[in-house]
Order: sequence, then C-alpha cells, then structure tokens
Amino acid sequence: MIWAGLLVASAVCYLLKLAGVSLPQRWLQNPRLQQTVPLLPVALLAALVATQTFSSGHHLVLDVRAAALGVALVAVLLRAPFLVVVVAAAATAALLRLL
Amino acid sequence: MGIGIASGAYALSFGAIATTAGLSLIQTVSLSVLMFTGASQFALVGVLGAGGSVWAGAATAALLGSRNALYGLRLSTLLNARGWRRFVAAHFVIDETTAMAIAREDEREGRFAFWATGVAIFTLWNLGTLIGALATHALSNPKVLGLDAAPPAAFLALLAPRLRSREPIAIALAAGVVALLFLPFVPAGIPLLIVAALVALLGLRPVKR
Repeated sequence: MIWAGLLVASAVCYLLKLAGVSLPQRWLQNPRLQQTVPLLPVALLAALVATQTFSSGHHLVLDVRAAALGVALVAVLLRAPFLVVVVAAAATAALLRLL
Repeated sequence: MGIGIASGAYALSFGAIATTAGLSLIQTVSLSVLMFTGASQFALVGVLGAGGSVWAGAATAALLGSRNALYGLRLSTLLNARGWRRFVAAHFVIDETTAMAIAREDEREGRFAFWATGVAIFTLWNLGTLIGALATHALSNPKVLGLDAAPPAAFLALLAPRLRSREPIAIALAAGVVALLFLPFVPAGIPLLIVAALVALLGLRPVKR
C-alpha cells in the first residue's frame, strides 16, 4: 500500500513537470492559474509547519517542538543554511527532553 | 556545484526524516530518484510520520508538485528539448534548476546552467538521501535526537524564501490556523487538502493586473 502511494505520487509529480515542458504554452498561461499555483506551496508548507508542530494525533498540543520551531525561525531569519536550521531544531527538542 | 552540495546536505535530512517516518531504505531512496522534487518528498513523509495515510501524503505531494508545471512552462522555450531529451529534462525541472537557468542572460548559458545544475543536484540529492537514511537506520531511537522536531523546521526553511511580500505571509498564517482548526475533526493529512481546496477557491477571485 505504501509502495502504491509512493509510485503514484512520483508518477503524478513527473507528469506535472512533463506537462510544463510539453503542453502548448497558452494552456498554462491562464492568468488565474499563474496567480494561484504559486500560492499552493505557501499555504501547504505553512499548514505542514503548523500541524506538525502543534499536534499529536488528533490533539492540539504545545510541547518541546514549539520551542524547536522558535529556534528554527531564528535560524531562518539569520539566513542559516537548510541543514543548520533542521539540526538546530532537532537539537533543541533533544536537549529540552533531557532536562 | 555549490548548489549541488547544499542540496546534498538538505537530502541528508530528507533521508533521516523519511526513515524516522517508517519508510524502508529502498522506499526512501526510490522517492528521491523517482519523485525528485524536495518539498513534495518532505510533505509525503511528513504526513506519513504524523500518522496520516499514504494517499493523503501522495495528494499533498502532487499539489506541491504543481508549481513545477509552471516552471516547465517558463523553461520550455529556453530548453527547446526534443525527443528523449525532453523526457529527461522534465525530470530535472525543479526550484533550483529553474532559478539557475532563468538567471542567465544568454539562452545557451541558461541551457547549460539547467543541465549542469540538474545533474549535480540529482547526483548529490540521491547520495545525501542514501547517507541520511543509512545513518538513521543505525540509530535505535530517533526521537531521542529530536528528529520529530526536524520536519516542521524543514518545512519552515522551504517556506521562508516564498514569504517576500505581504500576501504570501497572510496566506501562510491563515493556512496554518485553518489546518489546526480542522485537525481535531478529520483524518491526519486531510487538513492539508482542505487548505489546498481553499487556495483553489481563492483562484476564482478577479485576476490582478
């Protein structure tokens, strides 16, 4: 089941890329599409940040992950490289759990 | 080359997060080879890791991948790839290759930048994934290392460069709140699809000039 999901998602992602380089330009030049598609990653990534930080199963929770996200935010504002942001957040959560 | 190394480092965290989410080594590496678009991969394993179904994760990954179609559109004239080359080029259409290709004034240089960046990132992205996954497999309990706090940080780092004006910031905040409001009442991963549906509704508003 996991495999089916992975393969279907990979195929769809590839077909989207292929559509971009293959379909007639005017199909994708629709202004509504041009205006809306770039907003999808913004909204989805923000929703992922929120749900993966403040929930456990179906419950809203506030735990060490919130502090870890705060540290990640500071790292992002300081323009730290991707890996530094991720490691700083993980280290914060690990340290707070040790306390 | 620098951008290849940066994405190799970023792939390390993908390998670690995918493994923590329960994917096998071969599943993790297959995703990097076959899907090859970072945000979608992180979203899929993020949803799985949070207890969501693989289909909710797959749908989120596909929605995030939709922006690559617009990148392809911008690149298609520049690349002018025919036959089998177009099928290979399509796989390399991602954030980084698009940025590198359209930053060049000259078309030939742009084409070269696209292919060079694509090959470098594809190689290091998969190598990084493999190393990250292998290293995480060797750990007994990833939660002790705070790896459950890694995905939100990764999503934040992917989100930040897209928040350059007021509209995306407002949309990001609203999306986070809406997702949390729905979370207690629907299966894991579904709040993301609700957010995507709302963005699609937003697309019905009058076109800005």
